Amino acid sequence: MNKVRVRQLWFAATLLISLFLMLIPLPGPLTPFKPYWPALVLLYWCLQSGDRVTLGLAFCLGVAADLFDGILLGEQALRLTAMVFIALRFRSRLRFFPMWQQSLAVLGFLLNDRILLLLIRVFGGDPLPPPEYWISPFVGAALWPFVFLILDDLRARLRIHEA
Amino acid sequence: MALNRDDKSPLFAPGVAGTLRLIVYLALACVLMVLDHRGGWLANVRYGLSILVEPVYRIAGLPSQGFQAATVAFADRQRLTEQNQRLREDLLLANAKLNRMASVAEQNQRLKELLDTQHSLSLNVQLARLIGVDLGSFRHRIVLNVGARDKVKPGQVVIDARGVMGQIVEVMPTTSVAMLITDPNHAIPVTVERSGLRTIAYGSRAGDMLTLPNIPVSADVQVGDKLVTSGLGGRFPPGFPVGEVRDVAQTPSGTFLSAQAKPAADLDRSEDVLLLHDLAEVDGPPAPAPNVGPPASLAPDPNAPQPTLPSVTSPTATPLPARSATAATPTGTAR
Repeated sequence: MNKVRVRQLWFAATLLISLFLMLIPLPGPLTPFKPYWPALVLLYWCLQSGDRVTLGLAFCLGVAADLFDGILLGEQALRLTAMVFIALRFRSRLRFFPMWQQSLAVLGFLLNDRILLLLIRVFGGDPLPPPEYWISPFVGAALWPFVFLILDDLRARLRIHEA
Repeated sequence: MALNRDDKSPLFAPGVAGTLRLIVYLALACVLMVLDHRGGWLANVRYGLSILVEPVYRIAGLPSQGFQAATVAFADRQRLTEQNQRLREDLLLANAKLNRMASVAEQNQRLKELLDTQHSLSLNVQLARLIGVDLGSFRHRIVLNVGARDKVKPGQVVIDARGVMGQIVEVMPTTSVAMLITDPNHAIPVTVERSGLRTIAYGSRAGDMLTLPNIPVSADVQVGDKLVTSGLGGRFPPGFPVGEVRDVAQTPSGTFLSAQAKPAADLDRSEDVLLLHDLAEVDGPPAPAPNVGPPASLAPDPNAPQPTLPSVTSPTATPLPARSATAATPTGTAR
């Protein structure tokens, strides 16, 4: 039971940390390179333990992110829900991909996410974003193997530690 | 890696229930967005949840704060000494200028009293610090460490030592969010200092510049012209530097000139900012006085018996207040 609780805590902690990472600013010129952290962490959990990540959880995380962001309530909820839905649907196949293919798939997810965001903003009456807008998904995909391995390693360590 | 076996995700057959749930959640998100976009009640929700949100801002701001502390701690002595020297010189210069300005300001004050105008040169400001929080890229907003408890109100103007930075758009109990003048949704009425031409400077989508898209072709605008706030619109007080024109060109249609300006304020470097307390004077006619006419105490009592003789009373109307500018709502060009 203790084990389960530790795992639950770890799960919640990674999601919270991803929200913090989203809020922490990067120094000026690096700003467009910031990956969309909540999406990466959520994708990791989708692939690793798909029964824990549901659409409802993605929605709640998105609403929380919107509250912190303060832009438009429901924007990130919509994006994360759509992404988690696709990821869950292809989960069984994605898990058997080699790492570089997984990275490509993540790139696809993140690009799709950006397109969704673009649609929402344009519908909301915002002007088109500058070209740097499209850098972030590539950074996210490049970081994916590291995120995956680090989170996996930490998870394995936690399990050993508590055993 | 341990395979997490479960029966719920078959390889190829997706469930119908999942799709249904997706549609429900997407619809919910859309409803939220539309409600928020129309009614703008996200601010209220956020105000209510600020107990949760504000500590998160403070914690998320810690790394950048720590980074600054580290740069100070590890900066070499040489550079700090140089910086100190430069600041001293700046202060000396500023003090010298101030001393010379003091007499002029006093004279100006006397003359203005003679002219009976309400403008004053003194500033009523409040110091605020930035909290290093990223509110989404391509969103030109900053978080300040003062809020409703410090009597901050939406619409207050944020300036730094060099010029106008933006205005407060959202207030929480101990923090507030300001929109920068470079935000694509922001517009600020400006005057070209040299020629007195009035126009409007919008934020640009590329980020750190201002665009002035509709200047008449015959107007006199050159590269290097300084832009200052014009005070029209009632949001920004007149006379604050806004930017400097960097580029003037004809619009594709040829009907207008379009200029690019660089903001005067250090939008991405300022740490301490000032909040102006008094808003610009509202132009246009003053709001109608709320109670014109004889005071209620002179109103005839409907229950009183009618006087038999018509009594002659002199109407004593309350005098109109000379200026009720504060009562009028500012017709801001915020968005």
